[in-house]
Amino acid sequence: MRPASDAVRFGNRRTVPLASVPLLSIDAFGDRIGADVSAGERIISLFGLPEGADRVRLIVVLGDDDSGRLRALSALVAQRYPSLTRTCPQASRFERELAEQCGVIPEGRAAPKPLRRHAPDHLPHAWRVEARHREAYPFSAVAGDEVHEVAVGPVHAGIIEPGHFRLQAHGEEVLAVEIMLGYQHRGVERLLETAERRRAVLIAESIAGDSVLAHASAFCGVIEALARSHKSPRAQAIRGLALELERLANHVGDLGALSGDIAYQPAAAYFGRLRGECLNLLLLISGNRYGRGLVRPGGVGFDIPPAMAEEVGARVERLRDELRPVAALFFDTPSVQSRLEGVGVLSTEVCRVQGFVGPVARSCGVPRDVRHDFPYGVYRFGQIPVATAWAGDVHARALVRWLEIQRSLAFVGEQVRALPRGDLRSPCGPLAPQELAVAMEEGWRGETVHVAVTDDAGRIRRHKVVDPSFHNWEALALALPGNEVSDFPLCNKSFNLSYAGHDL
Amino acid sequence: MLDWLRTRLAQRTNPVPVRGGLTPLPERFRGMPILSDRGAEAGERPFDVPSRLVRTDARRLPVLDVGACLFSPEEIVDTPEGRIAFTRDYRMASSTREGLVSRTGEVELAQALDRRMRRLFGRSLRLRSVSAGSCGGCEAELVALSNVVFDLARFGIQFVASPRHADGIVITGAVSTNMRDALARTYAAVADPRIVIAVGACAISGGPFAGSPEVLGGVPPDIPVDLWIPGCPPHPLTVLDGMLRLLGRLEGGER
Repeated sequence: MRPASDAVRFGNRRTVPLASVPLLSIDAFGDRIGADVSAGERIISLFGLPEGADRVRLIVVLGDDDSGRLRALSALVAQRYPSLTRTCPQASRFERELAEQCGVIPEGRAAPKPLRRHAPDHLPHAWRVEARHREAYPFSAVAGDEVHEVAVGPVHAGIIEPGHFRLQAHGEEVLAVEIMLGYQHRGVERLLETAERRRAVLIAESIAGDSVLAHASAFCGVIEALARSHKSPRAQAIRGLALELERLANHVGDLGALSGDIAYQPAAAYFGRLRGECLNLLLLISGNRYGRGLVRPGGVGFDIPPAMAEEVGARVERLRDELRPVAALFFDTPSVQSRLEGVGVLSTEVCRVQGFVGPVARSCGVPRDVRHDFPYGVYRFGQIPVATAWAGDVHARALVRWLEIQRSLAFVGEQVRALPRGDLRSPCGPLAPQELAVAMEEGWRGETVHVAVTDDAGRIRRHKVVDPSFHNWEALALALPGNEVSDFPLCNKSFNLSYAGHDL
Repeated sequence: MLDWLRTRLAQRTNPVPVRGGLTPLPERFRGMPILSDRGAEAGERPFDVPSRLVRTDARRLPVLDVGACLFSPEEIVDTPEGRIAFTRDYRMASSTREGLVSRTGEVELAQALDRRMRRLFGRSLRLRSVSAGSCGGCEAELVALSNVVFDLARFGIQFVASPRHADGIVITGAVSTNMRDALARTYAAVADPRIVIAVGACAISGGPFAGSPEVLGGVPPDIPVDLWIPGCPPHPLTVLDGMLRLLGRLEGGER
């Protein structure tokens, strides 16, 4: 057994031999995670690998935002193991997931509630787990004569994905919220592990339909790392540019949706139309409004020839000119401001402890951004300043989006005018056996992570996906108490998390 | 106030016209697929595509199932046996599941509802969206339908907050096991006569998730579908065209 200090440090989109991942005792594993996370690292991913007939190997990937380095540790466990949550609150969600996927039960914490409500799909083959009724979910409830419960979903009032929210309220004041998900569970990880590569890319593009490029890039990131395939500078630039267009479309759409939720119709209508302009830029480049077909192992499926580059540049400029007065309308109208400020506040401390990511973290002053902390591809050369705000409320989350819109516009404008040379696709062949690869991508919602482990024949043995929403749904639940029940939709919109990305 | 007026004037008027020919879309847009094969009897897998787009019919000849098309570049094929390509035609909604399957890829476009249904819903249709095991892409395009460009409301079609307020439901997603009951109950909550619209490859055939044990692979047979709209996700114009044909609002059933 290797001591933990030996753990190999590696970078984003790199691999390590599985044999070099230290195998610790479960106690040392828990202590190590607790100590490292207290010292400022984060759990990037934590998942189980069935090992033999009746063991599960827990593998954690820890990330250090300051140095941009990753580390993997592991421990072998039987069906029960001492909970990691006791030393590291961030582990809680992952333990719920592990219990559901691999049938391993953490001890010494409250029984893990179901996360997506499905039968275990990564169970060691000698284990049997009692089938659980999918509707049986042990909701917490607040007792008291004047406490009432509000249940919302899974079929919502708008055109939204399914999820169930249970609010405990005293009059108009929310006391606690529990979010039950899993309605969108399609068995994505299992599909990614079994499908042939050409189909797996299409599945990766459909993990979350508004984050097609983030997930496709992270998926291709692990495949390319394992295949030792190197993208050309041109392919990297086109991927980065498209990812920023995806960010633009969604951030602009979110500002419009926030306007709609507070009944400020002019901005809702204008932002709504301008969101379409961003999608139409992706349509121009990839033939699909969400960028499907663009990101492929080894590079990109479509080039941006000079005439198209010029058109994209011109349309981005027009977009910038059109967005500015609409954003001014939104951010300078006092009645809009008063509706957004002080609502759904999330503290910096909670955000750090829980390891939230993306614009949610940045709006409470935590400057966490994969493009900056774990730079890869085009972001090593064309840097985008990290946008932060401090208040942690709905307004701050709107403001961070607007700042990011401006920076992404500038980035796309620059990149498209100076596209480097190179092949569209580099060869991307068989995968290296017995390795672990990690690819992180800063999607518009935040850190999007894919981890792949190969077997001795170079086949994918485990493909783990961590969507930013996996972390951030908890942020919504923590931001709501103390707010009015009627502000729930506004808070929810300000996070705009993915049900599909969480449910997989 | 002045700022608001100035911004409003700068926005001009945006709705996209739906009559008078196809709205041009960019060259790379992947619309209705077409198949031209050389007529030879096909083997087990006549065209190697990573979806269920190509099947063989009773005579073992290849047919295209547009309802299973993922509209990916990987489904473009050019071999000695034949050729599959995408056209820029976004009109491909059909009244029947079989209408999406043909030797050439040509979809049998949706027929208008009968007179009674048209009288009820032709000028006012209220729909409830049910998302069930999707990626959220189709929902995003349904949201876009209500913006000022596609402006669904100008045709009297609206998405409403409850199945009790609705004349029909729009189903997206491959129908996950976890959503099966909620979908059945939402459908039951809509009063007869009602309309069901299946939007996207997932709702029609399971899409990229076909074969997963966690999904039913599309709208279950006990929910009769009136309009099938292919796409991954369908362009808002595809949805709009399908809905207007169903309501008899686009003259002439021909292309």
